[in-house]
Amino acid sequence: MDITSATASPPPAPGAGPSPARQQGRAATRAGDRVFLALSRGSGILLLVIMAAIAVFLTVRAANALSQDHGNFFTAFEWNANANPPVFGIAVLAFGTIVSSLIAMAIAVPVAIGIALFITHYAPRKLATPLSYVIDLLAAVPSIVYGLWGALFLVPHLGGLYSWFNDYLGWTGILAYHDGAARSLFTIGILLAIMILPIVTSVSREVFRQAPRMHEEAALALGATRWEVIRLSVLPFGRSGVISASMLGLGRALGETMAVATVLSPSFTISTSLLDPGGGTFAQNIASSFKESGELGKDALIASGLVLFVLTLLVNGAARMIIARRKEYSA
Amino acid sequence: MAKRIDVSGLSAFYGAHKAIDDISMTVEPRSVTAFIGPSGCGKSTFLRTLNRMHEVTPGGRVEGKVLLDDENLYGPGVDPVSVRRTVGMVFQRPNPFPTMSIYENVAAGLRLNGTRVRKSELDAVVEKSLQGANLWKEVKDRLDKPGAGLSGGQQQRLCIARAIAVEPQVLLMDEPCSALDPISTLAIEDLIGELKERFTIVIVTHNMQQAARVSDRTAFFNLAGVGQPGRLVEIDETARIFSNPSVQATEDYISGRFG
Ligand SMILES: Nc1ncnc2c1ncn2[C@@H]1O[C@H](COP(=O)(O)OP(=O)(O)OP(=O)(O)O)[C@@H](O)[C@H]1O
Ligand SMILES: [Mg+2]
Repeated sequence: MDITSATASPPPAPGAGPSPARQQGRAATRAGDRVFLALSRGSGILLLVIMAAIAVFLTVRAANALSQDHGNFFTAFEWNANANPPVFGIAVLAFGTIVSSLIAMAIAVPVAIGIALFITHYAPRKLATPLSYVIDLLAAVPSIVYGLWGALFLVPHLGGLYSWFNDYLGWTGILAYHDGAARSLFTIGILLAIMILPIVTSVSREVFRQAPRMHEEAALALGATRWEVIRLSVLPFGRSGVISASMLGLGRALGETMAVATVLSPSFTISTSLLDPGGGTFAQNIASSFKESGELGKDALIASGLVLFVLTLLVNGAARMIIARRKEYSA
Repeated sequence: MAKRIDVSGLSAFYGAHKAIDDISMTVEPRSVTAFIGPSGCGKSTFLRTLNRMHEVTPGGRVEGKVLLDDENLYGPGVDPVSVRRTVGMVFQRPNPFPTMSIYENVAAGLRLNGTRVRKSELDAVVEKSLQGANLWKEVKDRLDKPGAGLSGGQQQRLCIARAIAVEPQVLLMDEPCSALDPISTLAIEDLIGELKERFTIVIVTHNMQQAARVSDRTAFFNLAGVGQPGRLVEIDETARIFSNPSVQATEDYISGRFG
């Protein structure tokens, strides 16, 4: 009640010039401003407190796990917190997470850029609008559905492709394939690529759409073809936006849980071939082993989750650096 | 180098709306032709039909002929991309590519269409074009700095350098000084005087003094009425248009007794 009556009080007489409080640079004194200030400050502090509480909780439990680990947490190829003595290491998980996400990025980012450019600069409007809709719709599919589709459709159908890879590129070792179900990191990469495609596409699409007409015309007037217009004015303009879009996608790929857990056949080994089944990721390992884990096992999983968190932070930091380095040029 | 432009029976449309109607004129090579007229009478639209930029606006359509010497720009099988290489354009607002350095901006046109140019050759063209745009002295020590970091007047001269670097036959300028201060405007007017030795120049301007100062011939455009397309009223020697035009409407417009 107090608040409403105070906000409804008449403003200072017009023509009185700036209020004295304003002139002295002090905080605003009107009730509405005070309420808003208190609200925003309060929620800011609350957010920090919650974050700090989570961080303390995770760090304490992770530290507890690490102090009892009898293997090397970073290099051990084993996850056995129930054993005596307990041994667990994240090497396989880190490898699997990074490799599957990189495969996903390598596939999704170029395709997303292509689709975004097609929608904004090539497709007639009649086609562009429904296409945008479909892409946005893909983002709304729950990840477990992608997981089921991956396990029931992708896995049985990729064997043929992998045999073909093996025939021509098997000599590289990385793309060797020795039959068996295609529940491998590469399959995960493909699945993750499909999952992050919508977000990367729609963010890139918005960025490309905002490319200034004036620079496109500048390129056109120089005698640029449509592709050259894109190269000269659209891509440079969209560069940092595409990096941000990719990072959003990478964030999702690194942390994807259900789809990976459904498709991958986990093992604590690192195979030289990306096509052979096995491996694991941080998120998948947490989902797969949480239920059977004892107290120490859960703490060990939390420790691995913290590593994933740090990894994501590093990736974001790197992206920011890339964007900032060219800032001078993106007027 | 410079070519004559012969326009006959040219109309331009935005969708169903006819913006200019049945324009015919001749633009002499190695001269400056100024377009004047009230806002909305279709000067920019007409200018953009001369390098086939009109058709990149959605719904943009052109009827009629534009001959560059003897080649019809709208003839069958003519590639608009090659037309735009021959007929360069400078816009109202300076628009250097913001992510490129000064050097790259000038070189941008030369690197198009798969052309490979040797570095030494490119250096020479960049220097020559910047000199041609009277900008070389100001930027020669910071060619690798972003073009967007220059002042507005410098940016506009950078855009002129970029346009002349590809050695067009014709240079179209749509109110190139309207975003600039008087000093930069004078710099560009002087530049236009030099450039007409090499290029055919067409300039749209709202500034009568500017038209009188820089142009050899002046074309006056007007609207026949509200909602009507723009028309060419007359084109003549600039001195004559400003002293003794043959149409009353021109005199009214120039002396400010208009609308
Ligand atoms: N993109 C567009 N879509 C639809 N109509 C347009 C478009 N651009 C211009 N027009 C119309 O075409 C007519 C001529 O416009 P134009 O820009 O050529 O005039 P102008 O003489 O250059 O005016 P100004 O002196 O203000 O620049 C106007 O009626 C305008 O409303
Ligand atoms: Mg105009």
